[in-house]
Formats: sequence, C-alpha cells, structure tokens
Amino acid sequence: MLARTADNLFWLARSMERADFTARTIESTLRLEILPKSGPEDMAEWEGALNSVGSLESFHEAHEKLDEPAAIEFLTFDRANPSSICNCLENARATGRAVRTALTTETWTAINEAWLELKRFETRRRGSKEFDREALARFLDYVKKASLDFDGACYRTMLRNDSYWFNRLGLFIERADNTARLLDVKYHLLLPESESVGGTLDYFQWVAILRSVSAATAYHWVYRDRIKPWLIADLLILKSAMPRSLISCYESIDRALDSIAREDGRSGAAQRQARAMLTKLDRATMTEIFQGGLHEFITEFLDDNARLSTIISEQYLFT
Amino acid sequence: MPEMEFYDEMSAGKAGDHPLYRHVERWLAQTPTDTLAARRAQAEYMFRRIGITFGVYGDKDAAERLIPFDIIPRLLSRAEWTRLEAGLTQRVNALNLFLRDVYGPRAILKEGLIPPELILRNPGYRPEMIGRRPPHDIWVHIAGIDIVRTDGEDFYVLEDNARTPSGVSYMLENREVTMRLMPDLFAQHRVAPVEAYPDELLSCLRSVAPRVGGPDATIALLTPGPYNSAYYEHSFLADKLGVELVEGRDLFVSDDIVYMRTTRGRQRVDVIYRRVDDDFLDPLVFNPTSILGVPGLMGAYLAGNVTLANAVGTGIADDKAIYSYVPDIIRFYLSEEPLLKNVPTFRCREPAQLAHVLANLDKLVVKEVNGSGGYGMLVGPHASAAQREIFAAKLKADPNNFIAQPTLALSTCPASFDSGVAPRHVDLRPFALSGAHGVRIVPGGLTRVALTAGSLVVNSSQGGGTKDTWIVDDDAALGER
Repeated sequence: MLARTADNLFWLARSMERADFTARTIESTLRLEILPKSGPEDMAEWEGALNSVGSLESFHEAHEKLDEPAAIEFLTFDRANPSSICNCLENARATGRAVRTALTTETWTAINEAWLELKRFETRRRGSKEFDREALARFLDYVKKASLDFDGACYRTMLRNDSYWFNRLGLFIERADNTARLLDVKYHLLLPESESVGGTLDYFQWVAILRSVSAATAYHWVYRDRIKPWLIADLLILKSAMPRSLISCYESIDRALDSIAREDGRSGAAQRQARAMLTKLDRATMTEIFQGGLHEFITEFLDDNARLSTIISEQYLFT
Repeated sequence: MPEMEFYDEMSAGKAGDHPLYRHVERWLAQTPTDTLAARRAQAEYMFRRIGITFGVYGDKDAAERLIPFDIIPRLLSRAEWTRLEAGLTQRVNALNLFLRDVYGPRAILKEGLIPPELILRNPGYRPEMIGRRPPHDIWVHIAGIDIVRTDGEDFYVLEDNARTPSGVSYMLENREVTMRLMPDLFAQHRVAPVEAYPDELLSCLRSVAPRVGGPDATIALLTPGPYNSAYYEHSFLADKLGVELVEGRDLFVSDDIVYMRTTRGRQRVDVIYRRVDDDFLDPLVFNPTSILGVPGLMGAYLAGNVTLANAVGTGIADDKAIYSYVPDIIRFYLSEEPLLKNVPTFRCREPAQLAHVLANLDKLVVKEVNGSGGYGMLVGPHASAAQREIFAAKLKADPNNFIAQPTLALSTCPASFDSGVAPRHVDLRPFALSGAHGVRIVPGGLTRVALTAGSLVVNSSQGGGTKDTWIVDDDAALGER
C-alpha cells in the first residue's frame, strides 16, 4: 500500500484513541474534584490530568492561571491545543478523508458522523459562554462513543490487510503511551504497602486511575480484593487480560507487525523492537519493577514506545 | 428579460399514447407534500452522511458544501438516448482524430479549415506533444460532453469537456439515492443501469496501458489532494476502481519510469488517470511552482513508459474558440454530417462578429474562451446595463479571449421545493469512455439543474443542483402495473 496511506491510517487511529483517553481523564478528574477535601483547594488534580495527556507544558505557555474551566476548555474545545479533543477529531477526519479509499464505508461513516456531531456541539456552545457540567458530561459521553464506533467499525468491517494492521498499530501504540503516561503521573500513589504514605483520600485517587482506563469494574473481577495500589500497577502493566495494560497493547502491536511482515515477506527493526519489548513485559514481575523503581520503569517504557513509533516510520517509509 | 418560450420535458410528451413522464406525474400528484419534503430531507441526510461534498473556490466559510440534489428524476426515452449516444460517439471519435492531426501531420490546417494561429498559439496547445502518439491514438479517454435541449427534436452540444471532466460520481450516487428513496417509482420504469461505469472505466484504462500484458497493468488515480473541489469524486472513483488514490508526492520518476512509494518500497505505475491539469503535472516542464505534480513525469510519458488519461494537450479540443469549428472537424475527419448540433457561436476575434456581439449584448451569453465552471461569463439578458458596459470594455480590450452565443431557451424539468413542484432549466453531461476497443457510454449522465427560478446557469459553483437521469425503455405493459 501507499506509504502515505499507511502513515495516515496510523495517525488516524492515534487521534481517535487520544480523544477517548482525554475524555476519560477529564471525567475521572471531575469526579475527584467534587469530593470533599480536607486540605486547601489546589489545582493538583487538573495539573495531573494535563500532565497525563502530555499537555501541561503547552497549557502553561497559553495560560497564566490554572483553574478548572480553563483546564477543561484547553482539553476539549481549544483549537490552540494540538491535542485537544476537537483537534483530535478534526485530525482524524482530515486524515480519514485523505485515505478514504483505504477505509470501509462503515469506518468512514463513523469518523464523519463523529465530526458532524462535533460541529453541532461547537454550534450549541457558541450560544452559552457559561461552564455547563451537564453539557460537558454529554460531550464526553459522545467522544467515548465516537471512539467505540470507530473501533467497532474497523474491527467488524475492515479486511485484515495492511490497512487494518497499520490502523491497529497506531491505536495500540497510542494506547500504550496513554496508559504509561497515566502511570507516570500517578506512580507515587501506586507504591507497595511498606512505602505508602497515603491517607484516605488516596483511595479515591486509585479509583480515579482505574476509571480513566475504564478498569474500575475489571479490577474487582481480576483480583477479587479491595483496591490496593500495587495491584493497580500490576493490572495496568502486566495483566494481559486487561485491554489497556502495557502488555496487552504490546501483544497487539506484535501481532500487527507480524501480520504486516507476513504479507510483505520481510521483517525488520520494528518487528525486533516490538518483540523485545513484549518479551521484557512477559518476563517482568511487579516485585522486580518496584525494586528497580516504578518511575524508572515507566520512563524507559515511554521512551521505547516512542522509539518504536519512529522505527515504524522509517521502516515503512512514512516520510 | 424578453419573454421566452421554454420546452418542458414533462408536459411536452403528454400528447402521445404513453407519455414518458406519466408515472412521475402521477407520483407527484399522489404523493403528499410532506412526504416529498421528507424525501428531500432524507436525500440530504444521505449525501451528508457519506460525505459527498464539494469545495467552492473563494468561499472559505463553506469549505465543504453539498451539491443540492433534486429528488424528481429526469427522464429520457431509449430512442432519444440511442440518437444521443450515436452523436456523442461520433463527436469523441472526431476529437481523437483532430488531436492526432494537430500534434501530427496538421492536415486540417493545411486544408485551411481552421486558422493556424488559433491552434498553435492557443494556451491549450502543448508543443511538447508535437509528433507524439499516445497508445491506440486515444487522447480523450474520458469526455464529459455537455448537452442541452430546446425542443423535442435536437440535442445541442454546449461544451466538449476533454480535459478532466468531473461529475460522474454524482451520476452514480444519485442513482443509489433515488433507488433507495423511491423504490416504487423506480420499479414502474425500466431504467437502464449506470453501475457498470467503474468497470467500463477500468477496462478502458487497462486497454491503453503502454506495456504488453495490459491486464496486469498498475493503474493509479492522481488527485491534487483533499483541498480540491472534486476530491470526493477522486476518492470515490479510486475506491470503485480498486486503484490507489495518489498525490504527486506519492509518485517519483527514476530512469523515465514512474513509481509509487509503498510500504514495500517502490512499485511501477503504468496508467495514471490524472485529475490534475496539464499545467500542474510536472514542475520540470510546466508550471515550475506546482507541488501537485511529479518531477520527471513528462519525461516518462514522452518515453512511452506511462499512459496519462486524458492525454496531455487535449485542452485544444475543448477550447471554446475551437468549439465553433467542431462540426467542420467532424465532416473533415469522418466525412459524416454531425449528428449533434452546435450552438451558433460568434467568434469575437472576427471583427464583423465582434461588432454584432457588442450591438446585441443584451441578448447574448458571452464566455471567456478559457473560463470554466460558470466563472467569467456574462448572461446578457440577466445582466444590468452597468454590468454589460463593464463587460463590453473587457471584450473590446481582448476580443480574442471571448465567444458569444445566443441565450438558449434551455428545456425545463420539474423540480421539488418547499413551495411545491416547479419547472427548472437543465442540461445533461453524459460520460464517454474511449479506449482501444472503441467508445463506450453508460446510458445516463449527470443532469444539472438551475434551482433558482428563471436561472439558466446550472453550474454547481453558481447554485446549480443535480438530478438522477433515467434512460427509460418505453414498455407500455410494464407501465400499468
């Protein structure tokens, strides 16, 4: 297939996945914010949210003061933020339109309808300047649904050829990046019992982490235990049954790259790198990860994941 | 404007035993207005959902607009179509022979039928093509010839679009929509199907591949990209053809061979259905600032390693200044009388005709010879005195750049509005495919309709809409179901 098409399919899936993660992050932060607080009002939660979607720096460049409405606006409708939800959905449609022929009608319709709905949300907003929690909740629901529709349309209707696999690669690399960023921002809350310094408020933090990766229910099914922070780390890193865990993402990445290699009849640096990362996750235990430092582990993972994205670009001539 | 009589295609046929529009008329009479309104809304929803939009140049806010679709089909009888088809085939054959001649022996110039400077100094004439012969001497692989009617007898050719005509995706999508929205009405007619068009186009393109082993030829559709007003059509066709939709940056030329950049490295391309104008094809030969083209493409083309469809240089064949000579062109190459009529055309380059045009500006339509899409034209009867004066000055300053035609009393067809059903002016663009095995025309075409009451301009950029076009077998037995 055309290298440009592969590139666009890759980034199309990344944009949709990022929009979904940003929406979930906003939701879980909002829930944390409405809890009664013992300490002074600060913006640590929103700071963490901006950080986990990789937008903290650009937020501070654009804004002097961090408050909830500003943070939400920045993450949802702000055109100046390249990763805002509306920009993700715009990018998804623009790239989708550029590779219209590589998408099924159902997949294109999912993208196009999401975009048309975004336009309607934007039109409605123009009337009311006020920050409206209900409208926001409806918007976030719609974003999550748009991503589900897109994902479902790809899964159900696309031929299992290069188009599908490049699309999946983008999705899982973005998803791994998102989960790892979330862990990176919250790692201090997830340390083993002996090192834990948290109070009662930490409990809600833990639930919030699970919510941002839609795993609050899954946790209980997997561990049948009350929420323990180190088990959250285990769930999000090493449990392959958990669709957003790092290891699950890498199983999918490995499969996608393998499928591309099989069709091509040649395998390269991308396949080797993905396999190495999967093997590493496969062999790791939480004990070792905590011993080496959770923060260090995550930082290294983020770097490796970004490197894989670059290697894929080079191997398949994206640029 | 002066009162004109218009030929209405629905009411004109009423006299006979089996009027062509009898089912349509009954359907319009029996369908409640709110049902018609619901159909219009459904049609719009369907078009928007699939993303069939077009861009309008110079209109930033409406970067993506729908071409309005009128739900009432436009009907032509099989007998009318057969006549039209023969005329179109004749015309396309003549244009191919004309192009072969003007880039070859120039017999028509030696014969003195056309002033040489009109050809040789024409911006549509590409000196690069002199002495060249594309495979099978086919130049105009895809033609979208605009046809109008003024009475029940004659078809007039308004324009021969021989460069990169667009609109065929609307022919195909309009059919899908009418079949879904009005299945009963559709079933009352025997409508010739149009869905074979992509297959016909594919065989046409394969038949002109430069290498032996045509069936394995790699075909690509070259688009200027998502910002082009016809991008939807490009992606639609590439999808239906099952060929890659490429932009200039996806292609490169090495040793006069064209390749696509793919995830598996380079892949040779044999035939390019290009929807990029000559000027932008190759920055090394044409417009040096073009980023839409492929450096070296012309080299590969002239070396015979790739076929471009349409060929480079076909602009000379659909030039508005050449148009008035087409009947002579048909007689000269085919020794036949033209089957389709030309609209009488005044060549402003000839002083006597210019004088006539200036004296009758209020009755004429004046067009720039190199304009398209309804831009840069004056519809005399609709223009104000001031507009006519400004245009007269332009005309006098550069008469070579203009032709003029009488305001045609374009036929009308019924169209559906909130206010009810009313006649609107229409034209028709059938698509003729010319390949190694002759000319093929899918029965049908794109009917464009001027939706503004009284307007004679059907271009989508000027507020025109489209209709589905049904070529109908007149079968009385089927009709009374």
